Amino acid sequence: MAIAEAPSVSESEVGELWEDAPGLPGFFSTVDHKRIGMRYIYTCFFFFFVAGLMALVMRAQLATPNAKVLGPQLYNELFTMHGVTMIFLFNTPVLAGFGNYLIPLQIGTRDMAFPRLNAFSYWVFLLGGIFMYSSFLFGMPDGGWFGYVPLVSKTFSPGLNIDFWGLGIVFTGLSTTVGSINFIVTIFKLRAPGMSLNRMPIFVWSMLVFSFMAIFAVPAVTLATGLNELDRLFGTAFFVPALGGSVLLYQHLFWFWGHPEVYILFVPATGMISQIVPTFSGRPLSGYLWVAGSLVTVGFISFGVWVHHMFATGMPPVAMAFFSGVSLIITLPSGVQFFAWIATMWKGRVRLTTPMLFAIGFLLIFLLGGITGVMVAVLPFDWQVTDSYFVVAHFHYVLNGAVVFPIFGAIYYWMPKMTGRMLSEKLGKLSFWVMFVGFNITFFPMHILGFLGMPRRIYTYDNGLGWGGLNAMVSIGSAIFGLGTAITLFNWVWSRRRGEIVGDDPWDADSLEWSTTSPPPHYNFAAIPLVASRHPLWDQRPLPFAESGDEPDTSGLGIEGAIERETPVTSGIDTRPEGNLEIPHETYLPFVLALGIAVLFVGLLVQAIVVGVAGVALAVMATLWWAWRTEEDLPPPEIEPHAPVGKAHPDTAHTAVTADAAAAPGEVTE
Amino acid sequence: MTAPTATVTPGITRPATRRSYPTAWWGMAVVIMTEAMIFAILLASYLFLRAASKQWPLGDIEVPTLKFALPFSFVLWGSSIPIFWAEASIRNGHVGRMKAGLAISFVMGLSFFFFTLYDFNELHFGWRTNAYGSIYYTIVGLHALHVFLGLGINVVVQIKAWLGRYDRGRYASAEVFFLYWHFVDVVWLAVFPIVFLSPHIR
Amino acid sequence: MLNGRAGEANRVAGVWWLMFAMATVVYVVVAAFIVIAVVRGRKKKRSEGAASAGGDSGPKDDTFIWFGGIIAPVLILGVLAVVTVNTTEVLRKPQQNELLIQVTGKRWWWDIRYPADKVTTADEIHIPVGRPIDIELTSDNVIHSFWVPQLAGKVDTIPGQVNHLRLKAIDPGTYRGECAEYCGIEHAHMSFTVIADTPVDFDRWMTRRRGIAGLAPTSDEMAQGQLVFTREACAGCHTVKGTQATGTVGPDLSDFGSRRSIASLTVANTSANLSRWIADPESIKPGNLMPPTALSDADRAAVVAYLEGLK
Repeated sequence: MAIAEAPSVSESEVGELWEDAPGLPGFFSTVDHKRIGMRYIYTCFFFFFVAGLMALVMRAQLATPNAKVLGPQLYNELFTMHGVTMIFLFNTPVLAGFGNYLIPLQIGTRDMAFPRLNAFSYWVFLLGGIFMYSSFLFGMPDGGWFGYVPLVSKTFSPGLNIDFWGLGIVFTGLSTTVGSINFIVTIFKLRAPGMSLNRMPIFVWSMLVFSFMAIFAVPAVTLATGLNELDRLFGTAFFVPALGGSVLLYQHLFWFWGHPEVYILFVPATGMISQIVPTFSGRPLSGYLWVAGSLVTVGFISFGVWVHHMFATGMPPVAMAFFSGVSLIITLPSGVQFFAWIATMWKGRVRLTTPMLFAIGFLLIFLLGGITGVMVAVLPFDWQVTDSYFVVAHFHYVLNGAVVFPIFGAIYYWMPKMTGRMLSEKLGKLSFWVMFVGFNITFFPMHILGFLGMPRRIYTYDNGLGWGGLNAMVSIGSAIFGLGTAITLFNWVWSRRRGEIVGDDPWDADSLEWSTTSPPPHYNFAAIPLVASRHPLWDQRPLPFAESGDEPDTSGLGIEGAIERETPVTSGIDTRPEGNLEIPHETYLPFVLALGIAVLFVGLLVQAIVVGVAGVALAVMATLWWAWRTEEDLPPPEIEPHAPVGKAHPDTAHTAVTADAAAAPGEVTE
Repeated sequence: MTAPTATVTPGITRPATRRSYPTAWWGMAVVIMTEAMIFAILLASYLFLRAASKQWPLGDIEVPTLKFALPFSFVLWGSSIPIFWAEASIRNGHVGRMKAGLAISFVMGLSFFFFTLYDFNELHFGWRTNAYGSIYYTIVGLHALHVFLGLGINVVVQIKAWLGRYDRGRYASAEVFFLYWHFVDVVWLAVFPIVFLSPHIR
Repeated sequence: MLNGRAGEANRVAGVWWLMFAMATVVYVVVAAFIVIAVVRGRKKKRSEGAASAGGDSGPKDDTFIWFGGIIAPVLILGVLAVVTVNTTEVLRKPQQNELLIQVTGKRWWWDIRYPADKVTTADEIHIPVGRPIDIELTSDNVIHSFWVPQLAGKVDTIPGQVNHLRLKAIDPGTYRGECAEYCGIEHAHMSFTVIADTPVDFDRWMTRRRGIAGLAPTSDEMAQGQLVFTREACAGCHTVKGTQATGTVGPDLSDFGSRRSIASLTVANTSANLSRWIADPESIKPGNLMPPTALSDADRAAVVAYLEGLK
C-alpha cells in the first residue's frame, strides 16, 4: 500500500453522489455531518440569545428594590426558561454541534458512523426546543429548571406549564442520548489508520467522555421527569409522600444526572481549550496523557458527587461527609489540566489571537469558579451559601465563564474552517474584552449578595436590606456582557460575507481538520490521511494519504472511497482497516421519525389518545422503513469475509511489527 | 516548526486480522448501556422506596407470588439459547436453522409476555394505589415493553430471512437483534430477584 | 451571614475566613502563573521555543502538573476535609436542655409552634439568648428552606420528613430569615423574623401567650371586630385562641397585634396596610392564597382594630 500525496477528486468523479438536493428537500433530508453540525450551532445560538435576553429582562426587574418590571409569575417563568434553555437547548447541544462538525474531521473520516441517526438527533433537538417554547402561548414552565417535587406535582402546579418542561426534558434527552451513541461508535470505529487512542486530539477525548457520561447520566433525568409526568398525567404515586412515595427520590434522580451534567458541559469545553492553547503556544500540549486521564477520571468521579446538591435536605452527616469528600477530590483532575495548560503556555510561544484570549479569559474565570466550587463542597459552608446568590455566582462562573467562553473561543478558532472565512480579529478582541469585563461585573458581586443573605430565585426584594447597590451593578454588568456577545454575533454575520478568505490551516494548528480545505468538501477527505503522530500536521510533513487497497477491507481508504461514498471502518484500538461503511444517502426518514415522536409528545401533553397513537404509528412506520434498508441490501462482498485468519493474511510477522508501531506512538512524538 | 518528521510505518493500512462486529452492533451495544442504566436506576429507586417505608409492600398488598413467575422466568432466560444457536447458524450460512432458532425464541418470549399480562390482570392493586404499585408496574411493564419490542423485531428479522436477505456474509440487522434479545433476558436476571424475590426477605 | 450572632453562624464564618485566605493565595499564585506564562510566551522570538520536541529549558512539563495540579491541591483539600468533618460534627449534635420549636413551611408563610407551651404563632420566632434551640422543620405542601443567615445555615422543610436545625443565639437582636428553596409564585415574600430575647423578656413573651383563653377584646370596637371575624370567612382559615375561629389553612392570628409585619415581611403591620390586605391581598402579595374579603368599611375597620389589638 503505497502512500499518496495530496490526493484530490474532481467534481466530475464524485458527481452528485455527495451533493444534497437543492432547496427544501435537501434541507429536510441531508445527512451530512457538517451541515447538521452547523445547524446545531446556529439553532443553539438562537436559543442562547433568547435565554440571554430573558436574563436581561430579569436583571431589569432586579436592578432596583421593589421594581415592577415583571410580576412574580412572569419572573418565575423567565428564570425557569432561562435555565432550561441554557442547559438543555444551548450548552449541551452546542457541544454536540461542535462534536458533530469536528469529530469526523479530527479523526480523519468522511462522516459519522450513523449519519441518519445524526440527522435524527438534530431534528429531535429542534422539535424538542420548539415543543418547550410553544409553551409561550399557554404559560411557560415555572418550577425552576430542576423543578423539585412536590412543587411541580399536579397538586401544586395544575397547569400545562410543567408538562411542557417535563416532557420537553425527556424529549431533548433523547437527542443527547442518540447523539452520544453516534459519537462513541464514530470515535471507536472510524478513526483514520494510525490514530490510536493515544493520538486522538484532546477534543475527541473530551467528546468521548461527554458521550459516555451522557449515556449513563441522561437516563436518570429522563426517569426523574418521566416518573413525575406519570404522577401528573396518570396519577401514579412515585413522589407522593401520603402514598409511600418520596420527594427526595426525585432529587436523587435529578442530581444523579445533574452533577455529571455539569461535567458533561465542562469536559468538552476544556477539550476545546486543549486544542486552542497548544495551537497558539506553538507547541504540543504538556502532559497529554495527564489531560486525557483527567477527563476520564472526572467522568467517573462526577457520578459520586450528586448529593452535594442536597446538603440542606437533612441527610445523615456520615453520608454527607462522604459526598463532601468526593466533591473535594473531583477538583484534582481539573487542577492537573490547569497546570498542563499553564506549562504549555510557559514553554511555548504565545500568540494572543481572539481564540487564545477567550482561552486565557476562561482560565482566569474558571480558576475562581473552581475555587468557589471547592468551598461549596465544604459541608457547613454549603449550608450557609446553598440556594443563595453565592451559588448563583458560582455556577455562572462555571457554566457561563468556563463553558461559554471556550465555546466563543471555539467559534473564533474553527469558523475559518467551517466557512472558509476569518472572523474579524479586531471585533473579536473587542468582543472578548467587553464580555470579560461585563462578566465579572455581573457575577462577582453576586458572591457578596449571597453573603448578605439574598436567596436565589426571588423576583423582588425590599428596600433597606442593603442589596440595592450591588444588584444595580450586576444589572449593568449583564448589559455589558450582553453587548459583548452581540458584537460576536455581528462579527459572525459580517464575516460570513466579508471576512478574509483563508487557506487550509490559518492558525498553524496540528490536528487533521486543518489538512483539508476550508470549508471541507462533502466527503471531508478525498483520501484518508495516515496518522503516525499526535500532531500529524506538525510532525508529518507532508501529510501522507492512503491509497485504496485491493481487498474489500481497504478499498475505501483512497479516493475510490470518496467516489463510492464510503468510509473505512477500523478496529477500535489499533485502527486496522476492517471494511467500509456505506454512507447513506439523503433521506426524510430521520425527520419523519422525529416528527412522529413530537406528535406523540403533543398527544401526551394534551392527553389526547388519538394524537398519541398517531404519533406512535408514524414513528413505528418510519422505524420499520428505516430498519428495512440495512446493509443486507448492499451487493454481497466479493471476497469471503469470514475467511480463516491465517489464510487471508499469511504475512503475520509484518502485521505484528506494525501493530507494535501503532501501540507505541508516544515515541514518535515526544 | 522544526519538528522531526515522523514517518508512517509501511503497512499501517494493513487490514485487521480478525473480523469484528458491524458498526450497528456497536451502536446497539451502547444503546444497551443506556437502557441498562434505566433499569438500574429504576431498581435503585425501588430499593430506595423500600428503605424509606416501614412495611413493604406498602399497604395490604401481598408479596408477589412465584407460582408462575419462577417458571416463566426460566422460559425467558432459556429463550436466549435458541438465539445463540441462530447466531452460530447464520455465521455458517445456515439461514434455515436461523429461522428455526428465531421461531423457538419467539414462542418462548411470547409466552413470557403473556405471563406478564396475566400477572397484571391477577394483581389486586393498580399503579395508582401507592408508590409500591407505581414502581412495580413501571419496572415490570417497562420490561414487558422491551419484550414486546423484541418480539416485533424478531418478526421483522424472520421476514427478512424468508425474503432471502441474509446470507453468510450479510446479517448485520440479525446480529443487532440477537444482542438486543440477550439484553432483554439479562435485565430480567436483575429485575426478577429484586422485584419478585426480595419482598419475601424481611 | 458573616456578621454572625450565633455560635453556628460564627463557626461557619470562621471556616469562610480560612477558606478565603487560602483561596486568595491560590488565586493570586495561579493567576500569576498564567500571566507569567503568557508574558514569557509572548516575548519569545519565532526561532525560540515552538518546537514539538527538544529545545525547551526550565522546568519539565510534568513538574508543573505534579506541583500545581497534584501536590498543592492535595494539601489544601486535606486541610478543608479536616475542617469540614470537625465543624459538621459540632454543628449537628443534640444538646442538653434544648427548647423545641416546630416550624412548618407553608405557602408562603411560616407556622411556628412551641409544643411545650402550646403556643402557636406565625412568621416571628422568639428565642431566648444562650439556650440551645432545636428547630423541628417540616412541610405539608412543597419544599421550603429555613435560613437565618446571621444564626445558622439552612435546612429544608420537606413533606413527609422531619429535619432538625440546632442553634444558640449569643446576642439579643432581631434577625431576618428567608425561604431559600424556590417554592412557587411568592417565594420572594416568604421571609420571617427571629427575635432573640434575653431569657427574662422571652419568659414574659411566652407567659402572655401561654394561657388557653387567649387575649380578650379590650374595647367595643374590638368586640365588634371579633364578632365580624368569627362570623365572616376569616374564621374558616384562621385561628384566634379562645374564640370560635379555628381555621388551620392560614396563619394563627392569636397574637397578631404584636407582630411586625403582614404576610411574611411583605409590608409593615399598620392598620392601613392591614385594611388593604383584607380588602385586596393581591395588591400587596400577588399570587398569595388569601382570598379578598368583602366587608363594609365599618366592619373592616372593626376587624382591623380587633386584630391590631391582639397583643
